[in-house]
Amino acid sequence: MNYLVQRLLTFPLVLLGVSLLVFFAIRLVPGDAIIAMLGTEAGLLTDAQRASLAAYFGLDQPVVIQYGRWLTGLFQGNLGISTTYGKPVLEVIIARFPLTIELALLSMVIALAVGVPAGVFAATRADRPSDLVVRLFAMLGQSTPSFVVGLVLIYLLSVNFHILPAMGSFTPLFVDPLGNLAQMILPSMTLGLAFAAAVTRIARSSMLDVLSEDYVRTARSKGASQRDVVWRHALPNALIPVVTLSGVEFGYLLGGAVIVEQIYALPGLGRLTLDAISQRDYALVQGAVLFIAFNFLVVNLLVDLAYAALDPRIRLGGK
Amino acid sequence: MTPLLSIRDLSVGFGRDPKANEVVKGVSFDLAAGETLAIVGESGSGKSVTALSINRLVDFGGGRITGGSIALQRSDGSILDVTKADESALVRVRGSDIGMIFQEPMTSLNPVHTVGAQIEEAFRLNRGLNGAAATHAAKEALERVRIPDAAQRLKYYPHQLSGGMRQRVMIAMVIASNPRLLIADEPTTALDVTVQAQIMALLAELRSELGMSMIFITHDIGLVAGIADQIMVMQNGVAVEQGALDAVLDNPQHDYTRHLLKAVPHFNGGRAVRSDGSRVAGATPVVTVDNLVVRFPAARGVFARSAGAVHAVDGVSFDLVPGETLAIVGESGSGKSTTARAILGLVGTTRGRIDKASGRSPRPVQMVFQDPFASLNPRLNVEGLLAEPAIAAGERRDAKLRERMTFLLTRVGLPEDALTRYPHQFSGGQRQRLCIARALMLNPEVVVLDEAVSALDVSVQARVLDLLIDLQREFGLAYLFISHDMAVVERIAHRIAVMYAGQLVEIGAAASVLSDPQHSYTKRLIAAVPAIERRKQVFMVDGTQVPSLVRPNGYEPPTAQWRDAGPDHRVRLETI
Repeated sequence: MNYLVQRLLTFPLVLLGVSLLVFFAIRLVPGDAIIAMLGTEAGLLTDAQRASLAAYFGLDQPVVIQYGRWLTGLFQGNLGISTTYGKPVLEVIIARFPLTIELALLSMVIALAVGVPAGVFAATRADRPSDLVVRLFAMLGQSTPSFVVGLVLIYLLSVNFHILPAMGSFTPLFVDPLGNLAQMILPSMTLGLAFAAAVTRIARSSMLDVLSEDYVRTARSKGASQRDVVWRHALPNALIPVVTLSGVEFGYLLGGAVIVEQIYALPGLGRLTLDAISQRDYALVQGAVLFIAFNFLVVNLLVDLAYAALDPRIRLGGK
Repeated sequence: MTPLLSIRDLSVGFGRDPKANEVVKGVSFDLAAGETLAIVGESGSGKSVTALSINRLVDFGGGRITGGSIALQRSDGSILDVTKADESALVRVRGSDIGMIFQEPMTSLNPVHTVGAQIEEAFRLNRGLNGAAATHAAKEALERVRIPDAAQRLKYYPHQLSGGMRQRVMIAMVIASNPRLLIADEPTTALDVTVQAQIMALLAELRSELGMSMIFITHDIGLVAGIADQIMVMQNGVAVEQGALDAVLDNPQHDYTRHLLKAVPHFNGGRAVRSDGSRVAGATPVVTVDNLVVRFPAARGVFARSAGAVHAVDGVSFDLVPGETLAIVGESGSGKSTTARAILGLVGTTRGRIDKASGRSPRPVQMVFQDPFASLNPRLNVEGLLAEPAIAAGERRDAKLRERMTFLLTRVGLPEDALTRYPHQFSGGQRQRLCIARALMLNPEVVVLDEAVSALDVSVQARVLDLLIDLQREFGLAYLFISHDMAVVERIAHRIAVMYAGQLVEIGAAASVLSDPQHSYTKRLIAAVPAIERRKQVFMVDGTQVPSLVRPNGYEPPTAQWRDAGPDHRVRLETI
């Protein structure tokens, strides 16, 4: 059967598993949506009022019935109503998604633009001082927590030199593209540099492997220059592990980046989900987790298609 | 006249202190234009390192030239000392003055570029051709190396071509630049013997057509006889003997040359087959294979549907009696390994019966694989490795088991204290002995030897073959010996089964099959075996292709017709 169709058919199964898990797991967390929603005022409610609120949100039913209802709604494109926002869950998520996807894309662009050349550079100078310097930076980039990088970047670029805005209310991309980009540079760099460090390390080791392959020797024996050997013969073969890593990282980023969103006061998916958990906003948590899982599946599929694009052995089949 | 290449006292070392780790120690030779030098030696002799020093590719493998000179006459008549040239000068020499083909056609082509793109690159780099001109030149080059449908094949990726085809592509790439010197580093070692004959013929033809000089590196002294003018024998980094071909082959001076000439298995056309342990009439077979069929679905890439089935093994029948060696010969893709794997249950069978004796062992069939480096788990010591089959069979790891281990280790010629050592502490030949000991742990009746001596140097190979024959007599083993090497087969086989394109085409007593082959494929196979005796033999280049094994779903081959060619010798009738 067609590979693509096969993959798409697994989507509903995975999503069903994820939905089961999150639905029951969130209900294991102690606390109550109504108390969380009303805060201290919850104490003022009469039992009858509580009951009618619970009935309104469907929380009075047995958990299995609740799940069944939610699932039925899901098939009709209805993820339920967020108790925190009083709006449909899908609407709340969609409102936050452009920011998250923009942040993830920008970070990945930075990561690949910095990481791949740095990795290639280090690999072609293996064990020389310049390689050691690149490796040191990669190690630092990976081991420094993002809040440290974030705060240092804010301090340097915003507070000290006033190059970029630090805080302020968020400007959406379609309202003011330049203002938005200025706001997004710092958070993208914070995420992208750590990501770039990982890309550098994997690109370096993958390049080193490929450079010792027989076909690289063949290319040299034909009289190919070092530049041709590295960029034309070695790099396309060395990219597969980079694509794997980028796919996984990108998938995570689409789930939101809680710490970076917090530092830069960005309304992304990460903070949305975190708040929903602390508010016991069951419908929103379920919807957000399902959405994140769906994104992961799509990204994984794209990664597989990227393999096929890079490697004719996967594209055309055979040994 | 100045020679094309003049090497004096060349030394090459590796590692942090190349002077202390020299693998080539003071090699000298001259090569005139149009002449062919063969460098012969076993692995580790320094023959490849010598060759890779001539275009300084050795630098990229961590090697350093520590002494001597390599004077290369370039096409404009100037002399370049390669040992002192800088990288930019070397890039100009590589390809245009010195072309090179390598041993492994499977890994020597870049998997992500089409063969067309790779040949075009050679034209672009060395002749300045671009675009349509390069494509046209690439097509001509492919035609010149006798690849059918050249225009179509340009669009193929390396993995879509067979080993022989890929080696032709390598040669097309090399002749693109019309080099004055071609270095061929074991170019046919990984190929089947019939394909080897084709490649050798092609190289000989192109050499005379283009007037190239050639350095031909091989471990197979028999192969050299057909192509070389001069020969240089290397051992441990030193050229122990060098001179004109006939002088060295007919009157070897150095002990090592004599040893090599003796150790290399000579093919004698069936006159040197074993005389011991021949088949007893009416003996109960330990393995009976009846009309075995193995098919795989032919998947065609990520986006395509199943395009039929690969008929890997189609209607194979034979039996094997105790104490007998049945050799299965044929080229890669002929189904010989698949047959063996089916007997072991490593691949599922589509149809047919495989009956195995279940007398003395719960696991009557054991296997030894080709690559002794890859078939031993590097993290287990010898005791762990030998215990593995016993554990898998549910036996306890006790004193009795240890006793069997030490017994077998001594039998295969390894010291008892080997038990605590790890695979990397052994040489290739010793590792293969370990694999043999492991296969014997459960006292099997049948051992399947899948190219078990192919990866070994000739002198090691000879000793392992002797060991196998001894063990066969001592334990009454039956061997299923899979090999592409006719000389080796002649030494060990009692009977021979010839496979071609998934089918058995000829089977019978070794002497009869080898001395009087009946099927056209068997004849071609035997004619292609290189031999010192058949010196300067000229092979004809032909474009015969192995038929595709992919058949539409539901296809059944016509029933095979057989005829008798002797008391124990049957041949499949050929359909035209």
